[in-house]
Amino acid sequence: MCRIGAIKSRNYVHPSQALLLMQSQQKGHDNSGFAMVMHDLGGIFEGYKHLPTLSLACTDEGLKIAEDILHAAGFQRVLQWVPETNDQPGLDIITMPNYVFETFDYPKHYKKAEKREKEELLLDMRLKIRLALEKDETGFVYSFWPDVLTLKEIGDPRDIGTYFNLWDVDKRFMAKVITAQCRQNTNYDIVRYAAHPFFLQGYTALANGENTFYLKNVEFQQKLHRGYIGFESDSQCFLYTLHYAHRELGWPLSYFKHVITPLPFEDIEQRDDKDSLLSIRQSLAHLEINGPNTIIGVLPDNTLFTCCDAKKLRPIVVGRSDDMVVFSSEVCGINEIMPDRDWETDIYPHEREIVAIDENLEVHRWRQ
Amino acid sequence: METMKIQDITPNDLPWKIRYDASRCTLCGSCVAACSFRAIVPKVERRRLVFSEGDLPEPKARFSAVPVIRQAHSIKNYCRGCGICEKVCPNDAIGPLRNVDNRHPIVTRCLGGDSIKRGGRKNLEGTVRTLDRLRVGRISQMTDPSLDAQRHTFDLLAPFGRIMPANKLPFAVNETGQLAASGQTPPVRWIYPVIIGDMSIGALSWRMWEAVAMAVAYLNEECGLPVRMSSGEGGVPERLLKSRYLKYMILQIASGHFGWNRIAKTMPHMIEDPAGILIKIGQGAKPGDGGLLMAQKVAEHIQAIRGVPKADLLSPPNHQGLYSIEESVQKMFLSFNAAFKFRVPVAIKVAASSTSVSVFNNLVRDPYNIVGGFFLDGIDGGTGAAHEVSLDHTGHPIVSKLRDCYLAAVAQGRQGQIPLWAAGGLGKTGDLAADAFKMICLGANGVFTGKLILQMAGCVGNEMGRCNACNTGLCPVGITTQEPALAHRLDVERAAQNIVNYFLAMDQELKKLMAPIGNSSLPVGRADALISTDRAVAERLQIQYVC
Ligand code: SF4
Ligand code: SF4
Repeated sequence: MCRIGAIKSRNYVHPSQALLLMQSQQKGHDNSGFAMVMHDLGGIFEGYKHLPTLSLACTDEGLKIAEDILHAAGFQRVLQWVPETNDQPGLDIITMPNYVFETFDYPKHYKKAEKREKEELLLDMRLKIRLALEKDETGFVYSFWPDVLTLKEIGDPRDIGTYFNLWDVDKRFMAKVITAQCRQNTNYDIVRYAAHPFFLQGYTALANGENTFYLKNVEFQQKLHRGYIGFESDSQCFLYTLHYAHRELGWPLSYFKHVITPLPFEDIEQRDDKDSLLSIRQSLAHLEINGPNTIIGVLPDNTLFTCCDAKKLRPIVVGRSDDMVVFSSEVCGINEIMPDRDWETDIYPHEREIVAIDENLEVHRWRQ
Repeated sequence: METMKIQDITPNDLPWKIRYDASRCTLCGSCVAACSFRAIVPKVERRRLVFSEGDLPEPKARFSAVPVIRQAHSIKNYCRGCGICEKVCPNDAIGPLRNVDNRHPIVTRCLGGDSIKRGGRKNLEGTVRTLDRLRVGRISQMTDPSLDAQRHTFDLLAPFGRIMPANKLPFAVNETGQLAASGQTPPVRWIYPVIIGDMSIGALSWRMWEAVAMAVAYLNEECGLPVRMSSGEGGVPERLLKSRYLKYMILQIASGHFGWNRIAKTMPHMIEDPAGILIKIGQGAKPGDGGLLMAQKVAEHIQAIRGVPKADLLSPPNHQGLYSIEESVQKMFLSFNAAFKFRVPVAIKVAASSTSVSVFNNLVRDPYNIVGGFFLDGIDGGTGAAHEVSLDHTGHPIVSKLRDCYLAAVAQGRQGQIPLWAAGGLGKTGDLAADAFKMICLGANGVFTGKLILQMAGCVGNEMGRCNACNTGLCPVGITTQEPALAHRLDVERAAQNIVNYFLAMDQELKKLMAPIGNSSLPVGRADALISTDRAVAERLQIQYVC
């Protein structure tokens, strides 16, 4: 089973914390990969929060293709960071030749564009690059968004950490929100894109579990939005549902839970808001999920949240201190990086709630 | 010797031959009295007995008149093989035997100059049904555990009514951060995924209809299963229209509009809304053909409910004056919706056909958001009366057509907006739960069934030409007759009880199928749960092929 975790902190945190969080749960994953998405970036990206950063793993040719596409569209590169890699022999990692994080300035004619318009452009660019790189597998583009950075790799998480020098705390590479997954590869093929967390237009989602309504979800999502593509993992559906409910429909986050795990009809009947709950259940029946799942998500405003399936078949724990909140599949992960917290205040979310952490690290618990 | 009339009908020309053992017969007369078709008659045979009384053989002959039971050899009173005579015979002296050499299809037409009419289902027995080539193959194991059919709760409900796409819901976020409806949405009812199909109060005996209505009320009020039944064309008794049980009824209107006058007149007195309106365009058993109720079945109460004289009642094959789909949809749906003040969902029933998907696509795009269900009825559906040629030779199997409609909705991203309900031979093997479950996985929201309900009540007809005399008004078990003596053969309470019990068993079985695939709500469109060992079926339905 994959293990998932997330950190939200008042201060910038180095990804080594995320690695530690995940590494202690080693018995729960098979060392076939590590992936993380960082929001609210510090270090060298801190001054560029308003500009989109491209996260890319690619060949030389792939890099050229991606840059050409962006340049042709009028994007100008303002920052490039290629992490130093430590290519020592014997590491269990299947690498790509280049890992590139580049920040771009918007095309001139977009400078005055509305936020939403820019966001659509960024998505279109990423989709275009992805399509172009797909042909000969010249690269994988994970995100192209302001203040967001994605790293995914196949191999042993410990070795991936070594390869990217992630064990050494380096002030250049920091973020206030980090979500991470150590994967358990149950597919025969290890597909790079299949690694969580998944990202779309400011939204990140990752999950451990199985979505038995995957086919229903996919068939429905394919027509909902041009960005809903790939479906390399049955958990990708959660991201798209989150994006659809929160961004496209503009519903408050608390309704995400009503979409994915609707209340039973008899419970809906008892509620004051039964009309709207019933409408949601009806209209989005194909976005329901069934099967065991825990989901962690990040919203564009960096709110971090978690919720689980309607039968709570997959666990999650939330541990806190004054300046940090950590989500983890297993409590040993939190113990590792927050040994001094008051573990009595740990939260074990139940099957009918969303636990959300806002900008002030306040914890909100919404009963579905 | 008499001249042989070789063209005369003998039992050997008929589909069933009566096996009769005079030595066991006590001449009680039960069989003759019980045969509603008058297919057996008492007769007297002249017997010659040779005997000798003295010590030496001295043969004498004695003639006697012996009463016996004989099979009628007329194409009017032919034996239907219903087996009622066998059932009532205390001595096992009589019973029907299938006659493989029968010339029935030929002689009947030749002598009658008319087409053969009957009820029941298609009698050309095909190969194994498509549904029987499918299995539930994706069983949850350890990563996605199966559920416990006994312990977990399941949402076995299906929508009836037009469902709005989420981005069209009239929602606004209020001050408290909640979504509140700021406008009207079409009515949607969540009901049990198996509807009792449309069988009219003229086609069924009043006692059978009562039994079904009783079973439905019991299932709803005592068992907590929100099962709905469709009235069929032909109206509803006024007392029921004015009762609170109306909420369990889906009122049907077909091209004959029989009974609607009374429904319309009763509207002001209704204390409950009906569960829905079903507009019947076509029927799977005899697609492209209208309703047929022979005069024999138009009893007094039927005349009253429908407002008609005792005559053959024929619904035309189409809604007269409403030929185009756009026109029909607009007029019918708008008027029915308006009649019930937009509180009652309105659905449409068509026969599965090569054109069903076009009809469905048209409805899906209906700008009025008014079509509340697409009922698709396949070739194996049953009927009370039809020309045999239509029954046997027209129609389209339901499975692939349902799948086509579902995938057409998927291609447009509109699945679920018009709930799909399917029927046509479901439960033919007796296992409705399995059939319903597979249809749901293929994209149906629910299923409806008629013939099986009759079988629950005791119908003895089958797809191999047994009985199927529903059109004659002589139903030997009192299900499809208006003859008081025959109708009284049906034990109403027992029939209702059987239906209730079958539904309870089926409910359990549906859970037993949902639990292993780890689903607590209906797996609509979860075709990945199904597998087939038949490559052609797998390809056609887009499911996994296994071998
Ligand atoms: S089988 Fe039915 S129709 Fe035939 S003789 Fe017996 S009772 Fe009559
Ligand atoms: S028993 Fe009655 S309902 Fe059944 S086939 Fe015969 S006539 Fe029809």
